Amino acid sequence: MGDSSDEEYLGTDWLAYSERSDWKDVEPLAQDDGPNPVVSIAYSQKFREVFDYMRAIIASGEKSQRALDLTTDALRLNPANYTVWQYRRDVLRELKADLYEELDYLTEVIGQNSKNYQVWHHRRVIVEILNDPSNELELTENALVNEGDAKNYHAWQHRQWAIRSFNLYDDELGFVDRLICEDQRNNSAWNQRFFVVKHLGFTPELIQRELSYTMNRIRIIKNNESAWNYLVGVMRQGDSGNAQLNSYPEVVDFVEELYQAGNRSPYLLAFLIDLYQEQALQVKASDSDQLARKVYGLCEDMATKHDVIRRKYWQYVANHLKNQLSTVEQK
Amino acid sequence: MDFTTFVKPSNGGGDGGDGDADGGGQKLQFWKHVEYIENHGKQEDDYEYCMTEFLRMSGIYWGTTALDIMGQLERLERKSIIEFVKRCQCPNTGGFAPCEGHDPHLLYTLSAIQILCTYDALEEIDREAVVRFVVGLQQPDGSFFGDKWGEVDTRFSFCAVASLTLLGRMEETIDVEKAVKFVLSCCNQTDGGFGSKPGAESHAGLIYCCVGFFSLTHRMHLLDVDKLGWWLCERQLPSGGLNGRPEKLPDVCYSWWVLASLTIMGRLHWISSEKLQQFILSCQDTETGGFSDRTGNMPDIFHTLFGIGGLSLLGHSGLKAINPTLCMPQYIIDRLGIKPQRLPRP
Repeated sequence: MGDSSDEEYLGTDWLAYSERSDWKDVEPLAQDDGPNPVVSIAYSQKFREVFDYMRAIIASGEKSQRALDLTTDALRLNPANYTVWQYRRDVLRELKADLYEELDYLTEVIGQNSKNYQVWHHRRVIVEILNDPSNELELTENALVNEGDAKNYHAWQHRQWAIRSFNLYDDELGFVDRLICEDQRNNSAWNQRFFVVKHLGFTPELIQRELSYTMNRIRIIKNNESAWNYLVGVMRQGDSGNAQLNSYPEVVDFVEELYQAGNRSPYLLAFLIDLYQEQALQVKASDSDQLARKVYGLCEDMATKHDVIRRKYWQYVANHLKNQLSTVEQK
Repeated sequence: MDFTTFVKPSNGGGDGGDGDADGGGQKLQFWKHVEYIENHGKQEDDYEYCMTEFLRMSGIYWGTTALDIMGQLERLERKSIIEFVKRCQCPNTGGFAPCEGHDPHLLYTLSAIQILCTYDALEEIDREAVVRFVVGLQQPDGSFFGDKWGEVDTRFSFCAVASLTLLGRMEETIDVEKAVKFVLSCCNQTDGGFGSKPGAESHAGLIYCCVGFFSLTHRMHLLDVDKLGWWLCERQLPSGGLNGRPEKLPDVCYSWWVLASLTIMGRLHWISSEKLQQFILSCQDTETGGFSDRTGNMPDIFHTLFGIGGLSLLGHSGLKAINPTLCMPQYIIDRLGIKPQRLPRP
């Protein structure tokens, strides 16, 4: 059907509702918006008419096939209209409609309106009623991959819901890996990776594997916020969620080597700051000095060279450590 | 708080469309914005106004709040707005619809209450019915449905506690502990941020809702403020604008959500204020007034409120103070005797 504009769709074959014999019995209801007088919609006479009839049908509570068709017209004109979606659900239930047909319809609508809360929510309600998620992975994959928006928040949410509710984790890591390969900076994909891996459980082996995976990604693109957040996030899962950064010597070596080689990505430096800060607070007061000085030096570099826009934050980090260490000394 | 449907398509060959043009300007086009908001919906050819009927209540809240921050609230008709709000209260459920003929929802219930607080007219509606509506939406796991259709989202947790706080009915209504537990379950261990549901990606708009939630329930100690504060100040791009998640484009509405969150957390100074102000001001439409999501696009009332709100938080002259937790003029929050928790600057 793929129409590209309301004018086109409502152009050639369109017959005004006021001229349809099977709608003769309905008195359309004009819009009453409250604070401002009725706005005359120069944009489209058809738009106004469809919604006047929609209002009339909702007011009368009619739940017939023609009411369903009317909601289809109304939603084509304004797919964000939440009330029409709700009414459509009531009509579908009353008509005991074929919900698989509804899924097909929704696939098309989502294809054209993938950034819209209402269409995704409606889809979810239908899938829940059918208790059949067999199309949901393909639907969301379509939205994320083929539609070219791999960060679509609604699509990811829907996908997570389907996977969690119907236990569809099996192939998800492969899907995530594909997306990360296509765009390593796709934060949504990294988030999804954490979602899957968390479900699998953070065993030492899995942690090891994930750290290797992430370090390989960082080797390719070093200045990648998502990868660094993921790296630290996974590291922290060790030791039942209490792991210190320095309990992963291979990661520490990896990062320090990058630093030695001249890399100054703010995320790399932030990692080292966290690492040395943590260590400084753990060791005896006499040993903390050298580590603390590393932190102050790196914070100074961030504030003056590598991340100047956030200099106040880096100044805070240095001062905060100073305060914590002097408190420790006093004990 | 419909974060995505309000992004306008790029206004390709539009007038004064590039950020460098003097049209964008570094000065706040104060009276242009007043005019834009006042006339919102009055134009003949207002397609956008009709398309957004389903969120009219929020539209009115955005407009009244923006005008009040600019000291121009009297330009709107108090009486007819209050009458409109009253007509939207559902007699069965107690909740508010966005407009007559629509069903009630938590989002529009909060907007309705915010409008009535602005006009000091809470007694005009059935407040107990609103409380019942909100309480009835809480689920066993502490989360909140938006309405009977069962969508769960941390936005709704915020709407619930904000509505009840403004009504002065937080005591012995919802189960606050469970509500807190649910919001905490939406915290992401990788970055300290929050998504819409457990497992969902951290997103600045949802972080605002969760930080606001903790502010209203006086549980800010449950946040890793330094970690989250860092993630939030990382939203600032070299252009000075703020995005909502890593590697996304800046948008004026994040000037509100990120800034308000940082303000509540006592870390507003972690953002470069001068650069952000420049970005926000570059999103003004100097012909029609109003703010758009980013430089060169079409303005709308949603981004206008958040542009003005962001500028107020940054201390721009000529604007009243705005409360970061409730996104309402501070003098109104003071008048109501409400004191959301706010952390001091470290």
